[in-house]
Amino acid sequence: MTRETPRDVIIVGGGVIGCAIARELSRYRLDVLLIEKECEVGFGTSKSNSGIIHAGHHASTDTLKGRLEWDGNQAWDQIADELGFGFQRVGELMVAFDDSQLGTLEKIKAQGEGKGVPDLEIWEPERIRKEEPSLSTDIIAALHAPTAGVVNPYEACFGLIDNARENGVAIVVETTVESVAADDDGAIVLGTSRGRHAARFVINAAGVHADRIAALAGVGSFRITPRKGEEYLLDKRLKGLVKRIIFPCPTPTSKGILVIPTFDGTIMVGPTAHETEDRSDLTTTMAGGDEVFASVKRVVPGVSERDCIAEFAGLRAAAKGEDFIIGPTDLKGFVNVAGIQSPGLTAAPAIARMVTDILHDEGLGLVPDDGFVPTVTHPIRVASLPLEEQIGLAGHDPRFGHVVCRCEHITEGEVIDSIQRGAQTLDGIKFRTRAGMGRCQGGFCSWRCMELIAQEKGVPLTSVTKRGGGSWIICEREDGGGR
Amino acid sequence: MITGRPARIRTRYDVAVVGGGPAGMAAALGARESGAESILVIDREREAGGILWQCIHSGFGLHHFKEELTGPEYAQRYLEEMLEAGVDLLTDSFVADIDRDRRLKVMTGARGVHVVEAGAVALAMGARERTRGAIRIPGTRPSGVMTAGLAQKIVNMHGYLPGRRAVILGSGDIGLIMARRLTLEGVEVMGVFEIMPHANGLNRNIVQCLHDFDIPLYLSTTVAEIHGRDRVEKVTVAPVDENFRPILGKAWDIDCDTLLLSIGLIPENELSRQLNLSIDQVTGGPVVDSRMETSKSGVFAGGNVVHIHDLVDFVSQESLLAGRGAGAYLSGGRPPPDNIRVIPGENVAYCVPHSIASERPHTIYMRVRRPLEKCLIRFGEVLEKKLSYVFPAEMVSLKVRPELLEKFHGDALKVDILPRA
Amino acid sequence: MAQEPISHYLCIGCPLGCRLEVDEGPGGDIVEVRGWACKRGDRYARQEHTDPRRMVTTTVRLSGGMWARLPVKTSVPVPKGRIGEVCLQLREVTVPAPVRTGDVVVKNVLGLEADIVATRDAA
Repeated sequence: MTRETPRDVIIVGGGVIGCAIARELSRYRLDVLLIEKECEVGFGTSKSNSGIIHAGHHASTDTLKGRLEWDGNQAWDQIADELGFGFQRVGELMVAFDDSQLGTLEKIKAQGEGKGVPDLEIWEPERIRKEEPSLSTDIIAALHAPTAGVVNPYEACFGLIDNARENGVAIVVETTVESVAADDDGAIVLGTSRGRHAARFVINAAGVHADRIAALAGVGSFRITPRKGEEYLLDKRLKGLVKRIIFPCPTPTSKGILVIPTFDGTIMVGPTAHETEDRSDLTTTMAGGDEVFASVKRVVPGVSERDCIAEFAGLRAAAKGEDFIIGPTDLKGFVNVAGIQSPGLTAAPAIARMVTDILHDEGLGLVPDDGFVPTVTHPIRVASLPLEEQIGLAGHDPRFGHVVCRCEHITEGEVIDSIQRGAQTLDGIKFRTRAGMGRCQGGFCSWRCMELIAQEKGVPLTSVTKRGGGSWIICEREDGGGR
Repeated sequence: MITGRPARIRTRYDVAVVGGGPAGMAAALGARESGAESILVIDREREAGGILWQCIHSGFGLHHFKEELTGPEYAQRYLEEMLEAGVDLLTDSFVADIDRDRRLKVMTGARGVHVVEAGAVALAMGARERTRGAIRIPGTRPSGVMTAGLAQKIVNMHGYLPGRRAVILGSGDIGLIMARRLTLEGVEVMGVFEIMPHANGLNRNIVQCLHDFDIPLYLSTTVAEIHGRDRVEKVTVAPVDENFRPILGKAWDIDCDTLLLSIGLIPENELSRQLNLSIDQVTGGPVVDSRMETSKSGVFAGGNVVHIHDLVDFVSQESLLAGRGAGAYLSGGRPPPDNIRVIPGENVAYCVPHSIASERPHTIYMRVRRPLEKCLIRFGEVLEKKLSYVFPAEMVSLKVRPELLEKFHGDALKVDILPRA
Repeated sequence: MAQEPISHYLCIGCPLGCRLEVDEGPGGDIVEVRGWACKRGDRYARQEHTDPRRMVTTTVRLSGGMWARLPVKTSVPVPKGRIGEVCLQLREVTVPAPVRTGDVVVKNVLGLEADIVATRDAA
């Protein structure tokens, strides 16, 4: 597909960073395309993220990530409100077991106060016991930061891209970039697995593959070393075990293994932090699980492996130097947004604004689009509605009275809505609606979800996948005895 | 044909039964027997009958109907009996909520959301299958990892196959049965792997589902890792040490596109938790008295929601009691409460019911922790009986007649299963 | 003279799973059955050794019903060695709804003197 005129901007990568940039650019009168290699946005590192909006005090202002962290933090209330995904400032506690760690808490507190992070407080054991009774009694102090929050990172991606698309951004999925070249007219031409695309500006937001994309462009001056994090999700029964995100004292390369009360009310424990050479290595390991549970039990003794309902792994796109790499390159119009590891999710809104400023500095005209609509129609969440509204809604459209996922009480209406919003796969439905995310892990609802995808998209059941590519779920009998 | 579909969903029923599988159908019949006039059964599937419809093999009904039936035949008979008894049946419907006053929020799909008040409730939600997350198998997360029960439904009702080349983890009966089903439908089954040193299913199934088709069974062996990015490509299997950890030095790989899990069932107790019922930590189900009443007055439970059974006949028996209890709760014709607690002792993991009454006959169900041959069961000081064998996979039942308890004046009896001296 | 063959069976009578051994005489007759703990084992070994038979339960294609498949069984057990053939034969069969439990779907399948019957109603 070659277009006569190059677009204004192509964003390579539909993780939370690419999606946030797409949405930010959709405020202006621009022709923008986002290219994603997976079948849906957010299906790489973003969906495996811990889902924490960091309080703002963790990283030093000597670093770019330290500066963008607090700016980003403050933007989330409005974005969540506009795009209708869950976000809650639950607060965090960083716990200390001995005096040396107490020193670290003091240092991080001072660092945060220097940045203007409000209401940081060191709690004594009595206060900890009162607020978080499940924590180990060996904890001698904790740094409380009320500005920390939790968000479902995939929902954030969907909200951002849905809004960007409504405001005119184009998107292609299951498409990989294979070449980058400047043409004679000063545009950059991307050769992809599905044809050529050209633009005056290209944003490299390719996550763990960003160094490769930069190398294709001839500006490969950095290397991404993926750092794998394994996460373990616990049964909903443990809801309320902790009210805040619980951090151990950090080490130079990691924030440590956390206990996270997710936005959905489940408890998640993790992540590990181990470098890997393999950029597709999303395996969980026996050693990783042991490490997570051993570490977490020290902080919250009530956590047990037996409560685990699911596990997964993600790859942090860490660059040498441990900082973000954001800026123009020697190839005119090619902008790197790379090395986005923690607190990348937190910083995403600030990164998107920074990239917009860079594009402007590089010569992209930014004319506000008067037709920009900052909100999307919020998805209906039947389970969270009051009874009268449920009765009214189901009376009007029975599909909202028909429960498909019985662990999370998701209705057929919500599943169909998610398909109409762009869910292509079982994972797409799961991450948009939570159907299949509960304790039975899709045992009951996946068949109905497959039928609904087949029905809405007019495809046979055998072509429905878990997450695109070769992730087929069922096959035909030799005699074709199904429907 | 009677469908049981009510012309109008009432706002109040004498008895509401949550779940229309074997437990729910028996509970509805029990409620009718003991005098309940209006009975509502709510089931989330397209038809009542539960898992029986997909269990197309035979081996059901030997105790209850005194003949060997297939699952569908057992369901068909029960369903007809229930519908002829004149109960209201809501299918494709889901109880999202029960409150303290026994008001049920029922989401019925086509017929909207209703609040139904019940004089008494029988919980019959059954069980769900344990999934990959529960046993933490390392590796990637491709498609093609599926519980055996879901695969059974896909093959036997929907008419598709879960893959072309399968490995089965867990030697429970569903896993064994699926090994045969898949083979007969043209799927290559590479083997059944069991982490325990003994099989979890019936010998009959080991012979007729595995030996008949030359499918190997590997004991003390587990799946140590799953490979494949999009779809399962292979699994690594390995023998386990005495702590059930895989010995990776002895591992080998098997090419396959499907891994079926038959690793156990868990009572489905979301609603029981909402009602804040006392839960037995061993069974994972509610604590019940001898009439199958839970810790909340007017709420009864029976079948797999209380504890996992190996035979549907016992599910029916136990749930009939639960239904009778629910029906009698309304009429006020309730027998005196239980006076003796039943306590699991040596080599007994749990007992159901958790208490009995000395003036009535009872059947106490239990599971042992360890297999024993030539052993005896001792019920406090009132009863001692020889057993030729016990296995964890086979439920033990103990019948207690009131005569035995005439001279007993305590408030608790312990059950031990011991080697014979 | 060659040693007479010993055949091994796992008893299905109860969870004990006795390992049964059947000694065959020169004429193919059963000389001795060993390994059983009760008489059921002895009976089972003799039947299994001379004429092993199985009830076959499987499904056939159903058209116009709530589900895609109809569960069926053989009316009587068939020789164990013919199970696969029976299932292959049934791939050719489509049954239109409605069906009643006990309806004969295929008469005298493969000449084995067993009918294939529906095990549920299907509307």
